[in-house]
Amino acid sequence: MDSLPPPPLDVARVRADFPILAQKIRGKPLVFLDSAASAQKPRAVIEAMRAAMETQYANVHRGLHWMSERTTDAYEAARDAVAALMNARERNEVVFVRNSTEAINLVAYSYGALLRPGQAVLISGMEHHSNLVPWQLLRDRHGIELRVAPVTDAGELNWPAFENALADGKVGLVAITHMSNVLGTYTPVERIVRAAHAVGAKVLLDGSQAIVHRKVDVQALDCDFYAWTGHKLYGPTGIGVLWARRELLEAMPPFLGGGEMISSVTYARSTWAAVPHKFEAGTPAIIEGIGLKAAIEYVQALGYEAIAAHERALTEHALARLSDIEGLRILGAAQDRGGVVSFALAGAHAHDVATLLDRQGIAVRAGHHCAEPLMHRFGLESTARASFGIYTTREEIDVLADTLVRVREFFA
Amino acid sequence: MSDTFDDLRDLYQEVILDHGRNPRRGRRLAAFDATAKGDNPMCGDRVQVFLKYGPDGAIADTGFEARGCAISVASADLMAETVTGRSQQDARALFAAFRELARTGRCPACDGALAEALERLQPLAGVHEYPSRVKCATLPWHALIAALDGAQEASSE
Repeated sequence: MDSLPPPPLDVARVRADFPILAQKIRGKPLVFLDSAASAQKPRAVIEAMRAAMETQYANVHRGLHWMSERTTDAYEAARDAVAALMNARERNEVVFVRNSTEAINLVAYSYGALLRPGQAVLISGMEHHSNLVPWQLLRDRHGIELRVAPVTDAGELNWPAFENALADGKVGLVAITHMSNVLGTYTPVERIVRAAHAVGAKVLLDGSQAIVHRKVDVQALDCDFYAWTGHKLYGPTGIGVLWARRELLEAMPPFLGGGEMISSVTYARSTWAAVPHKFEAGTPAIIEGIGLKAAIEYVQALGYEAIAAHERALTEHALARLSDIEGLRILGAAQDRGGVVSFALAGAHAHDVATLLDRQGIAVRAGHHCAEPLMHRFGLESTARASFGIYTTREEIDVLADTLVRVREFFA
Repeated sequence: MSDTFDDLRDLYQEVILDHGRNPRRGRRLAAFDATAKGDNPMCGDRVQVFLKYGPDGAIADTGFEARGCAISVASADLMAETVTGRSQQDARALFAAFRELARTGRCPACDGALAEALERLQPLAGVHEYPSRVKCATLPWHALIAALDGAQEASSE
């Protein structure tokens, strides 16, 4: 029974769930290939948020009235949904934040305070700025060392260099992407965790991209922190997740101070609420939490196996079609890669490429993708990037490839 | 060439494609009196403008180094061409008129004393329909003004 492959994703039905995809851009059907920047939202998410505002809305965790209790239940149900999605040991390991950036800054601030000057944080050469700049701030504030494990020409983690960076035992934390937003590379996270734990280092995974495409099981991964954001997983903006082991959250000092996060307050001192609330100062993103739960349920109903198979097929098709285009260079050639393809076209700057594609209704990202050091590693300032989601079709990739041939002619 | 991008010919006129590919003044001046950089952190475009002044203070020579899209490189080249041989005051007036042209497509100054120079910049007027690209066209001008002001970096808009 478990040898049966999952039923393939019914993309036409999925597309019908996303109202925005019916739009035309300058008379052309929208070809949305920018989901890695932010994904579109299914009706289930939109409806859940609307229904919350229309029928059960009040502030959470503080009202003694019916509306507040109902809203608190709905918001906390989102925490249960996240815990189940990630296979967390317990729901209290799920901290709601604004986005991955805030999650990583929280760890840099609060776990960073537990690192001793002279210890090091190790990142990779394919990090988004959000998993680089917080560590630079920590370095400058706290006197830790920041190490960078380089990537290979194929866009994979340089394993010997990574191991070497751990060898002196000074690394207290490895903070690394689970899937590169530029190269599409999946990093070997199980291996990374084993190597890091062997020298006593904790591991933070930036799962902003990976959790969209793959089942994430934090117990199986055995990592210590996992950060992701709702809006890339077909949920709303303004809500993200930091999962962390309970004992780490308990040992860490608070990040932001204010309401919600306290146990008691006097002018002399305050004491902190139990985790996760210790890290959730102020009124949270209530409506967004409710929307995130709807997004998680939507993705789970489709099933990660079907999603992964669909995106694998799309990525293979895109790599085949794009590598046929003369003068087009694809960044990275990792063995294990997800639905993101960055490319440069000889003789045409990425912004000009994006403007021409846009005229045909095709939305791609162009620029440095918040990963300037990685761009420089490959000798580029910017690339165009096509990224795929559950609603992306093979035909859309054909439209992209056919149009790119014409873009090339335009600038020839 | 297919008609796929016909409506983009307003933006990518032949003169822009030509100057974007082969900028005439895309070089660092061997000797210069002022230089300034412009940087668009959103997209990574970068330009550095070099100015050589004549005895009367007018702009005797202009060069630039640019890294960016066709529009930003062409704009830098057309700018360098039009301001060379003009007074600093005229260069500033051209900037004001060009900024208006790039943002709105309108050119109230085009009938005035600088009509001829503005005619040369007219192919860039198409950017006003592409709000995300206006900065590509104006970035080199901001660097020029910074150089004239004796600053090292253009303050971004």
